[in-house]
Amino acid sequence: MAVIEDVVCPICGCVCDDIIVTVEDNKIKKVKNSCSISATKFLNFHKHRLPSPLIKKDGDQIPISLEEAVEKVAKILVNAEYPAIYGLALSSCEAQGLGVELAEEIGGVIDNQTVTCHGPTALGLHDVGMPTCTLGEVRHRADLIVYWGCNPEEAHPRHLKRYSVLSKGRFRKEREERKMVIIDVRKTKSTKQADLFLQIEPGQDFELMSALRVILNFDEIEEESVAGLPIEKVEEFAELLRNCEFGIIFFGLGLTMSRGKERNIDAAVSLVRDLNKWAKFSIIPMRGHYNVTGMNEVTAWQTGYAYAVDLSHGYPWYNPGETSFVDILRRGECDAALIIASDPVAHFPKEIARNLCKIPFAVIDPHPSISSLLADIVIPSAFTGIEAEGSAYRMDAVPLRLKKVLEPPPGIYSDEEIISMILEKIRSMRG
Amino acid sequence: MRGFKATLLTGRSLKQGMGKEVSKTSDRYKESVSICEVHPNDMENAGLKEGDLIRVTTKFGSIVVKCVPSDHIPKPGIIFIPYGPYASSLIGISTDSTGMPTFKGASAEVEAAPEEKVLDIKQLLTNLVEE
Repeated sequence: MAVIEDVVCPICGCVCDDIIVTVEDNKIKKVKNSCSISATKFLNFHKHRLPSPLIKKDGDQIPISLEEAVEKVAKILVNAEYPAIYGLALSSCEAQGLGVELAEEIGGVIDNQTVTCHGPTALGLHDVGMPTCTLGEVRHRADLIVYWGCNPEEAHPRHLKRYSVLSKGRFRKEREERKMVIIDVRKTKSTKQADLFLQIEPGQDFELMSALRVILNFDEIEEESVAGLPIEKVEEFAELLRNCEFGIIFFGLGLTMSRGKERNIDAAVSLVRDLNKWAKFSIIPMRGHYNVTGMNEVTAWQTGYAYAVDLSHGYPWYNPGETSFVDILRRGECDAALIIASDPVAHFPKEIARNLCKIPFAVIDPHPSISSLLADIVIPSAFTGIEAEGSAYRMDAVPLRLKKVLEPPPGIYSDEEIISMILEKIRSMRG
Repeated sequence: MRGFKATLLTGRSLKQGMGKEVSKTSDRYKESVSICEVHPNDMENAGLKEGDLIRVTTKFGSIVVKCVPSDHIPKPGIIFIPYGPYASSLIGISTDSTGMPTFKGASAEVEAAPEEKVLDIKQLLTNLVEE
């Protein structure tokens, strides 16, 4: 029996690095310090997994060898006019780097889950930058913590305790030394933790942020209510923002997925910029998948852009709305795809998922996903962070090392190894 | 049976997060994502009970899910479905030139669907490919 400490959690953007895993006979027997989602993964990941590579034949998926599967995927990608590689936010930076290389090799689009989570955050960032900090700084110093359009207790269950209002920092040790505000359109499991919960009308975030900026900069606003809140409440919140020492806004998909999208982010960052006249203030996006930040970093190192990069011209071209995977599927332009560690059929709008199903596509994933059930080729992979090591970036862009705590089953390889095989096959096919 | 109009919000839930880590093909996942949280007043006005089947329709699609009362819904006229293939059936394809579909804020109609059933994941996929 081995007790492995400081295991890095491969679930959400918190990337908690204090998990303790007990392993016996190459099985995880016990897991400590994990949240409920993380414990569910560590203790159940082995129960539903893809046993072997599959190929679709006469409507069914039948087993084939790994060599055949790699060759079929290579052929699909090489024969396409405008192929796409999509996903990799649930994989290592090393695999992500090879994914970008593969997209360059085939002259296709490389995109990732950012497009349907914090894509608008990246667009807002292009316009106004991002005054940000690390989660460590929040933990040690923040006395005002605002969660805007996010629900950490359900999406990032240890965020409050490890990095925020319930954490024991160097300079802020007690809960009483911090104030927590939640702004959301509905009550959630998180709202009961807040000192102040501002429940606003759906799609009115931009209006509230604009009103706060007016109040902060000019003291008065001639309205009785904003975003469904009485103006007195908005003024009270503005005073709270103005009078803290170190404030932080954590924001989620409540801002990026609703009316305004990247304009909401522009307004949020502008508000934070204004607040730095009175206090130290920062802003951090609540990233969902554990290494979606890493995928943005790696794609940016290699192409200059964080997501939605079109390499079909022979140089990187970036224009979300045009080059994003969702949009090239929407317009029916993409004619083949390789999905890695992602499940777009489950999460894209139905009509876009349908367009993916009309083209040849392959899936690399450790377990059956909704996308894998419809794929032409499926290649099972090892679970990164459990059966394969690598690097991952936390939501505040701090890199951490994912551990390998178990051996994968025989014949099951990491994403990094499988993408290498496909690259090698394509290069040998081209001579 | 009286239906009602609502604004559809989609998002994460703890059960959905845990269900997907068991398996997207598991009953646990299906049960976590094939529900719709409804304000108790809307349920009362529409004559709905917890667990009743309802059909949610937007201009982009229509799906049958299980009705769940929730005090997290701030007021009548708002409904919530967790991320997943059921919610995705109701979302529009426009991205406003950002790459991001509008997953929150679609106008929806809700009506009781006592004679219908919640499709399982495989049936949903069959419909996706064959419709």
